[in-house]
Amino acid sequence: MKHWQKSSETSALQHHSYRLIIGVPWAWLALFFILPFCFVLKISLSEAALAQPPYLPWFREVGQGLITIKLNIGNYLRLMEDSLYLHSLLGSMKVAAISTLLCLIIGYPMAYAIAQTDERWRLPLLMLVILPFWTSFLIRVYAWIGILKNNGLLNQALMSLGIIDQPLEILHTPTAVYIGIVYSYLPFLVLPLYATLVRLDPVLLEAAADLGCRPFKQFLTITLPQSLPGVIAGSMLVFIPVMGEFVIPDLLGGPDTLMVGKTLWMEFFNNKDWPMASALAALLLLILIIPFMVMRYYEASSSGDAP
Amino acid sequence: MNSRFPLLMGFLILGYLFLYLPIFSVIVYSFNESRLVTVWGGFSTKWYGELLNNNQLLNAAWLSVKIAALNASLAVVLGTMAALALVRFRSSRAHGSLGVMVAAPLVMPEVMIGLSLLLLFVSMESLLGWPQGRGQMTILIAHATFSMAYVTVIVQGRLAHMDQSLEEAALDLGARPRKVFFTITLPIITPALLAGWLLAFTLSLDDLVIASFVSGPGATTLPMMVYSSVRMGVSPQINALASLMLLVVSIAVLVAGVLMYRQEQTQS
Repeated sequence: MKHWQKSSETSALQHHSYRLIIGVPWAWLALFFILPFCFVLKISLSEAALAQPPYLPWFREVGQGLITIKLNIGNYLRLMEDSLYLHSLLGSMKVAAISTLLCLIIGYPMAYAIAQTDERWRLPLLMLVILPFWTSFLIRVYAWIGILKNNGLLNQALMSLGIIDQPLEILHTPTAVYIGIVYSYLPFLVLPLYATLVRLDPVLLEAAADLGCRPFKQFLTITLPQSLPGVIAGSMLVFIPVMGEFVIPDLLGGPDTLMVGKTLWMEFFNNKDWPMASALAALLLLILIIPFMVMRYYEASSSGDAP
Repeated sequence: MNSRFPLLMGFLILGYLFLYLPIFSVIVYSFNESRLVTVWGGFSTKWYGELLNNNQLLNAAWLSVKIAALNASLAVVLGTMAALALVRFRSSRAHGSLGVMVAAPLVMPEVMIGLSLLLLFVSMESLLGWPQGRGQMTILIAHATFSMAYVTVIVQGRLAHMDQSLEEAALDLGARPRKVFFTITLPIITPALLAGWLLAFTLSLDDLVIASFVSGPGATTLPMMVYSSVRMGVSPQINALASLMLLVVSIAVLVAGVLMYRQEQTQS
């Protein structure tokens, strides 16, 4: 196998399609994924203006062939001064952290249960977890509006059961945002967790059991530590996208739900302040994506495995 | 099923209820006679009728399906190339950077992908004169960029686990690499390509945020339409539309699931 890979690689190397196969997706991503962030940085240093597009260029002719270059760091200063941005960033972090934790609390037992079932049940059970993820995200969020609103299904059910006599106000509160996020992102956590849990070697558990270790202690001392890579991978798949989430806080949250994705959207669509939105995106890139990419790069190069 | 863990199984069932009850509530209330979405007024299919007469909505749906199909095809080509490069050409210098660039869109918040691509399109238009205006084309490019990442993951899994002895044999017998790819590798990874195509299709059909950024005045996709009407409040027509979309996607997922299941069976 190793020998073949080597030989096919050399024969493929001579082939020009080798360059094509690696070159086309590389160029596509460089052009449409990396390059755009250079423009984000560039425009974050521009000044907003009532123009089309709504920002001033760096270079401006001031007459007599003179050109001035003006870089504006005002947007970044405003990021630090205006408490709106700091609060929405902290708000996002809080929501992302709590939702990741909630997803773990619900998702871990689910992944563990699926990994414990008989082999022929695993794939169908897993498919059942993935299926909602494939159905429209917008519609799943929409479904919760109908359930959580004041005269919604939940309040009707609770009132007809006599548990409450006043409808609970859940929609447009942080609670609704948490419900929506946990609901939408649960599959992202269950999948990698399941993948780690199902690969665990049962021999260790058997050995522990033979030596008289109780099941709960087995779980705590053997299964849980060994599943940590899955916990970390899944948590990142939840935490990072939730940080930038827009649809859920917008549709389920209230005016007091400050999240950075929503702030960026408002800055762009409502205030038409493209430079400010870009500065916010640049900040998110710095604190979220670059650490992720660096980690990924070292992971890939240290294991020699495809990421 | 394992009966040693009744508590765990109970939890699993609760988890599934949590995942599926909201979806069922949407479907049930799409057949509701009453205009008040949460008051049951009897069985009726009238909202489906109204839906079929809503031309604006149908146009948006057609645009979305068109973009989704084009996007899926483009993403499968790009994603398969990336997967081949990542699995087979490990010694390439571009390997590491390609791996990182493919993985990043999977976690990148949508607002950031949308904003950055819009700024790219605007700047390119003023510098190069292309793309002229924004619409179908820019949405397609944006969607292909993030959905190719998902296709890569699926195809990569298949390529990494496939039995390479057939390829080896063909190469030993003197077949050229290109011929080996088209007559042996491609048929073996076809189920993964189909699954990837379907996933890319549904991702595009479902995207609101990225399309909102990179779309122009001429192009309103279905999610953009749904979003603006959801903001106005819950309406039974949206329930009907949602149910139809759920139906289409569920069929697609079932097909993909059966394909992946067969793939698993032939492997073992």
